[in-house]
Amino acid sequence: MHAYESEFREPLINGLDKTYTKITDDLVAPTERITPLWLVATLLTGAGACFFVFCLTWTVWYGIGTWGLNKTIGWAWDITNFVWWIGIGHAGTLISAILLLFRQRYRTGINRAAEAMTIFAVICAGMFPIFHMGRVWDAPFIFPIPNTRGPLWVNFNSPLLWDVFAISTYFSVSLLFWYSGLMPDFGTIRDRAKGKMRKWIYNMLGFGWQGTAKQWQRFESLGLVLAGLSTPLVLSVHTIVSFDFATSVIPGWHTTIFPPYFVAGAIFSGFAMVETLMLISRWMFKLEDYITVAHIESMNKIIVMTGSIVGIAYLTELFIAWYSGYLYEQFAFYNRILGKYFWAYAIMMTCNVVTPQFYWIKSFRRNLYVTFILSIFVNIGMWFERFVIIVTSLADDFLPSSWAYFSPTWVDWGIYLGSISVFLFLFLLFSRFFPTIAIAEVKAIFRISSEVAKTERAKAAGSKAPNGFVGLQSVGPLNKDDK
Amino acid sequence: MAESNKFIVGLWDHEEVYLHAIGHIRGKGIEIYESLTPFPVHGLEDALGYRETRLHTAGFFFGATGTTLALTFMTWVMTFNYPLNIGGKPYWPLPSFIPITFELTVLFSAWGMTLTYLVRNRLWPGRVPRIFDTRITDDRFALVFDSEKLSDKEMSDIKSLCKNEGAVEVKDKVFTENEGL
Repeated sequence: MHAYESEFREPLINGLDKTYTKITDDLVAPTERITPLWLVATLLTGAGACFFVFCLTWTVWYGIGTWGLNKTIGWAWDITNFVWWIGIGHAGTLISAILLLFRQRYRTGINRAAEAMTIFAVICAGMFPIFHMGRVWDAPFIFPIPNTRGPLWVNFNSPLLWDVFAISTYFSVSLLFWYSGLMPDFGTIRDRAKGKMRKWIYNMLGFGWQGTAKQWQRFESLGLVLAGLSTPLVLSVHTIVSFDFATSVIPGWHTTIFPPYFVAGAIFSGFAMVETLMLISRWMFKLEDYITVAHIESMNKIIVMTGSIVGIAYLTELFIAWYSGYLYEQFAFYNRILGKYFWAYAIMMTCNVVTPQFYWIKSFRRNLYVTFILSIFVNIGMWFERFVIIVTSLADDFLPSSWAYFSPTWVDWGIYLGSISVFLFLFLLFSRFFPTIAIAEVKAIFRISSEVAKTERAKAAGSKAPNGFVGLQSVGPLNKDDK
Repeated sequence: MAESNKFIVGLWDHEEVYLHAIGHIRGKGIEIYESLTPFPVHGLEDALGYRETRLHTAGFFFGATGTTLALTFMTWVMTFNYPLNIGGKPYWPLPSFIPITFELTVLFSAWGMTLTYLVRNRLWPGRVPRIFDTRITDDRFALVFDSEKLSDKEMSDIKSLCKNEGAVEVKDKVFTENEGL
């Protein structure tokens, strides 16, 4: 198999001093030291995570009445947060699976952290529906388990039940994907570990990885098939989440555009969160050579694409509401734009549709400060998208006497901000003890996409052009049988 | 089968040189006991003459098990065990079964494949592997030859062949009985 690499492409591993050992050193380094910055961040988010647990305990002890819900708005921040977190959780498997199938080499720098992010985001997401049940100890009955009431089974017609299966499958398959990729890197950490204890722990975590040819062959096969399975899985999960709304008969929810619209929105918000975290960790752990501006630019292109899809979906919804001639649907959308939640709609439109359009300009796509700010904007905008869909559709229902307004209580705030703390806390722990960048996978693209390899090829081709540009060329046979 | 405890380990530092070396060494009819690399090297299994893994075939059958189980169970529950009139919907609502059937197919396939992968690769928490060289997971591509099957002359031939083929280091590695098996 020849590997083709256009020399137009920027290197994905920067630095002319890079060798395989240097890559190992750089990428394992964050697991071998504690920085004061990391310690402070972990303690702060750990405190936030404790407050999350406190607020949940408060909810269970005193009941759902401690939230700002009322008779009309029975779903508000809880389900908003749930869909928001699930959406964020979509980028990880998307990056690992879809970008693997499309052979995008830039995935190797970001896939590990994005997969970890997926797992932590799904953990946060799962908390909301579980605690919204009130009697959390009855939570196992969301699964069809034998019981003494008939047995009375769950309703397989219900999208809420499909969601249970979709999210739990998504969580466990993402976990397998992430962990099976981690094993070789744990082996790397083990083999350079100094202490006996550290060696033992990382051998335990790495399941005794050796790196034999047969192991690698099965490793690649497993990764490829899991990617093939995860791709429709990612799409199905948010499709099913959108069914929670789309199969109901609430104006503003009952629309067939929801599945693609939700999936695009999920990828959009997930990439934004990956950018937020990667920009912080590349700075915190000095990974600038591995998460390059080329990576950031590629992600920004996906953000502008998915942001535009989301924008078209918003406009299509408006058009269809008008075109349907259905009074209640028209009222729901009129109400979204000009009603009492107009400000939420305005924030959503600005952050999701308007500001990502800056990424059509190359200098903005490649500017890390702009990227960081816009990624936060997208996170905010996507939270408001779910809030707008959920709360404004419920607030002014069919009966004007029951129209209501939702105001969050301190418990709502505590659980929401607490879940962000839990997420960051888990991510910080992950990035301290596990390799944040897939070491073996970065090494696998070293001879193709690194600055070292590109410079070598440029020299071999005798190019005097700037940046070593020598045009499209073959990297040469990677397999000795191909001549 | 009793495993050997004495090995010759040749270490390379560049994957292309390593792949060529494998071709030449195998061409001389020398048996390679094991080949270890820090990352998946493309074309390695072909160079070693390994056949394609059947892991994905196993994945298909695990997936099919999930599909069957999901459809059978939901049909049994909704149609036979506790038929319930839900908004006048049919007792065998096949379209409603599609999402869960799909999810269980993926779930079974993924778990089945991963567990098969772990079993076939002999990976489990607490396994103590034989580490031929600690740099194999860093930057060295290794070929291991079973010394117990070789005469002294063959051993010295292999060592000089490895050196000629660009190995940066060739050494003997002896494990104690049953260490890391």
